[in-house]
Amino acid sequence: MTKSESPTTAIPFWRDERYLQLLGQVVFIAIVLLFGYFIFGNMVAGLRRQGMTLGFDFIRGTAGFDIAEKLIEYSRGATYLRAFQVGLLNTLLVSVVGIIFSTIFGVILGVARLSSNFLVNRLAAFYLELIRNLSLLVFLIFWYLGVFLKMPRVNEAVVWPGSIYLTNRGVGIPWGIPTESFGTYRWILLFGLFLAIVVAYILNEQGKRTGRPPLTLVWATGAFLLIAVVGWFVLPVSPLALDVPFVKGLNLSGGLILSPEFMALTSGLVLYTAAFIGEVVRAGIQSVSRGQVEAARAVGLNAFQTLRLVVFPQAMRVIIPPLTSQYLNLTKNSSLAIAVGYSDLFYVSNTITNQSGRAVEMFSLVMATYLSFSLITALFMNWYNQRIRLVER
Amino acid sequence: MSSLTEVLPPLSERPTVLGWMRKNLFNSLGNSILTILASLLVFWAVRGLIIWVFTVAEWRVIVANLRLILLGQYPITQIWRVWVSLYLLSFLTGNSFAIWVRGAWRIGLFLAAIPVALAFLPFGMQQRLWLVGLAGVGILGWVLARGGGPALRRSVIIGWLLWLPILFLLLRGYTSSEGWMPIVTTNLWGGLLLTLLLTIIGIVFSFPLGVLLALGRRSELPVVRWFSVGYIELVRGVPLITILFMAQLILPLFLPAGLTIDRVLRAMVAITLFSAAYLAENVRGGLQAIPKGQFEAANALGLNGLQTMFFIVMPQALRLIIPILVGQFIALFKDTALVSIVGLLDVVGIGRTVLAQPEFLGLQREVYAFISLLYWVLSYAMSYVSQRLEVSLGVGER
Repeated sequence: MTKSESPTTAIPFWRDERYLQLLGQVVFIAIVLLFGYFIFGNMVAGLRRQGMTLGFDFIRGTAGFDIAEKLIEYSRGATYLRAFQVGLLNTLLVSVVGIIFSTIFGVILGVARLSSNFLVNRLAAFYLELIRNLSLLVFLIFWYLGVFLKMPRVNEAVVWPGSIYLTNRGVGIPWGIPTESFGTYRWILLFGLFLAIVVAYILNEQGKRTGRPPLTLVWATGAFLLIAVVGWFVLPVSPLALDVPFVKGLNLSGGLILSPEFMALTSGLVLYTAAFIGEVVRAGIQSVSRGQVEAARAVGLNAFQTLRLVVFPQAMRVIIPPLTSQYLNLTKNSSLAIAVGYSDLFYVSNTITNQSGRAVEMFSLVMATYLSFSLITALFMNWYNQRIRLVER
Repeated sequence: MSSLTEVLPPLSERPTVLGWMRKNLFNSLGNSILTILASLLVFWAVRGLIIWVFTVAEWRVIVANLRLILLGQYPITQIWRVWVSLYLLSFLTGNSFAIWVRGAWRIGLFLAAIPVALAFLPFGMQQRLWLVGLAGVGILGWVLARGGGPALRRSVIIGWLLWLPILFLLLRGYTSSEGWMPIVTTNLWGGLLLTLLLTIIGIVFSFPLGVLLALGRRSELPVVRWFSVGYIELVRGVPLITILFMAQLILPLFLPAGLTIDRVLRAMVAITLFSAAYLAENVRGGLQAIPKGQFEAANALGLNGLQTMFFIVMPQALRLIIPILVGQFIALFKDTALVSIVGLLDVVGIGRTVLAQPEFLGLQREVYAFISLLYWVLSYAMSYVSQRLEVSLGVGER
C-alpha cells in the first residue's frame, strides 16, 4: 500500500459494493427473464404446432363426462367450469370432514400419550410410530382396495346398530331429509346464530368491565342450541325427517350413502393426520410448565378453572401454528383422491385436462386454487397469532 | 466430611409385578376401566391380525413376485449390477463406520444384521448367499479401514462422491446389447429399486438447491430474496402431485422441439424441485438459530461474506438441523410413492401390475400390506440409525 491511497479517494465502481449488488441483481433478473422467455417461447411454439393457443375461453365448453359424486347440480352437458366447481366443493367437503374428525381423534391421541395409564400411553405411542413410517398413498390405497371394496355385497350387508349398513357399494347411514318446514327452520337457525353473537358480545363487554373471565363460548352455544331446539318443536312439521337406509335390489337406498371412495379417502386422511395432530397436542400440553398449574391451584382456582384459564390459553399458543399446517397438509393430501377415484378438485381437473387438452391453463388454475387455500389460511393465522400472542410489558 | 452432611440413600421401592400394575394400570377407577378397554382392544386387534397373517392371507402372491416388487423388470441376467452397487455401498459404509463412528458398534451390528435378516425372506439360495456376502463386505470394509489416517479418510470421501455416478453407470450400462454391460433403459427400472433411486437423487440434488434457496431468502438483495420467497411459498402451497403431473404434461412443452426428457428423469426433477423448497425452510431455521456474534466474530477476523457463510455459519446451522433434515428425507422417501400415479412402476406401481395378473386377482390386502411393511421398515431403520448416530456423534449439542 502506498501513502497516496487515502480513505478519501473514491473507490472504483467495479469494487464498490453498492454497484456490485445492483449489478448482481440486474444480472439475476436478466437470467430469470431470459429463461422465462425461453421456456415461454418454446411453450407457445409447441402449442402452435398442436394448433392451440393459450386462454381460458375453453372453460365455457361442454364437459361431456360424468362425475360420480357431486354436491351441486351437474350433468354431462354442463360446462368445464361447473365440473371444476363440483371438484372444488368435493375437496372442501373432504377437507372439512377430515379436519373435524382428525382433530377429535388427534386430541384423544395426544391426551392418551400423556396418560399415566401405562397401557393407554404405550398404545398411543405405538399408533404414532406405526402411522408415521407409512406412505400415505399406500395407506389410502390399502383402505380403498383392501377394506372398503372388500366389504360384503349389498344383499349380505353387515348392519351395525343404528342402521349403519356396511357394503362394498358404500356405507349407508341414517340421515335427515328436509321437509316443507325446513325453509322456515333455516331462518330460525340464523336468528339463533345472531342471538349467540349478541350474547357473546355482551358477556365479553361485561367480562372486560368486571375483570372476571366469562364463559362466553358455553353461553353462546347454549343460546344457539336453545333456539334450535325450541324452533324444532314449535314448527308444526319437524324440519328434518329421519331417513334410514335399506337394501333395495342390488343397491342401497335411502339415508345417506357414503361411497367407498369417499370413505377410504376420509378415513385414511383422518387416521394419518390424527397421528401428527396427536404429537402437536402433546407438545402443546407439555409446553405449559408444571409450575403454572401448581401456581394456579395455589391461588385457589379449581381443576376446571386451571385448565380453562391457565393451561389451555398457553397451550393453544404453541398448538395453533403447527396445527394449522397439519390442516393445510390434510387439504393438500386430499389431492391423493386420484388414487382412489374420488372426484376431488385435482381428479376432476385432470379429467378436464384430458378432455380439453388444456394442460397449461388447467394446472395454473389448480395450483392457484391450492395456493389460495394456503394464503387464506396464512392470513387467518397471522390475525389469530396477533390476537393470542404474549403481551409483554 | 462430617456426619451431618451425610446423605441418606433414598427409600428403595421394590418393584413387584402386582405393585407396578396397581401403580401404572389400576391407580383409579377411571384408569382401571381404561386399562380393561385398552386390553380388549389390543387383544381383538392382535388376534385378528394373527389369524389373518397366518391363516387367511395368501402370501404366495408375494413369494411369486418378490423379484418384481424389489427390482421391477430389470433384466435377470443383469442383476449382478445391482449387487455390485450394493456391495460398494456396504463397503463404503463399513469404511465410514471405522473412521467416523468408532464407539457405536451396536448401530454397525444393526446395519450388518439387515441383509442377514432379509435373507430369511423367500429368496433363492443364490440371493441368500449374495445377501450374507453383503453384510460380510460391510464388515470387511470396517476391518480394513480401522486405524487409517487422513489419506484413507480422503479416499473414502472421494469414494462416496464417486458412488452415485458409478451407481448410475452400473444400472444404466453403456454398451450395446451384445456387450458385457448392455444399456438397461429406464422403463425397465422399477420396484423398490426405482423408489430408492428416486429418494437418493431427491436427497442429493435437493439439498444444495435447498441451501441456495435458504441463502437466497436471507439475502440482502431484494430481487434474489423475492425470487426465493416466491419459489418456496409457491411450491409449499401446492401438493406434490400437481408438480409431478406438471413435470409429465407441461415440462415437455417448455423444451425446444425435438428435445425430450426421459419420464423417470422428469419425476426425479419434480421431486427434487419440490423437496428443495421444504429443505430451504429447514435450513433457514438453522441459519436463524446462529447468534449474531458468530457473524461479527468472523468479520472481525477478516473473513468475507462467502467465507463467513461457508466456514463459520453453515457448518453450525447444518449440524443443528440434522434431525429435521433426516425427517425431511424420510418424508421424501414416503412421497416418492406418488410417482405411481403418473404411471411410473415404483414399488406401488409394480404392486398394481402384480394385482393385474389373473392368478393373483383379489389379493390387494396382501400386496399392499407387504408394500406398507417395506416402507415402514425402511423409514423406521432410517430414523433409528440417524437417532443413534446423532446421540453417539453428539449432534445437536454444542
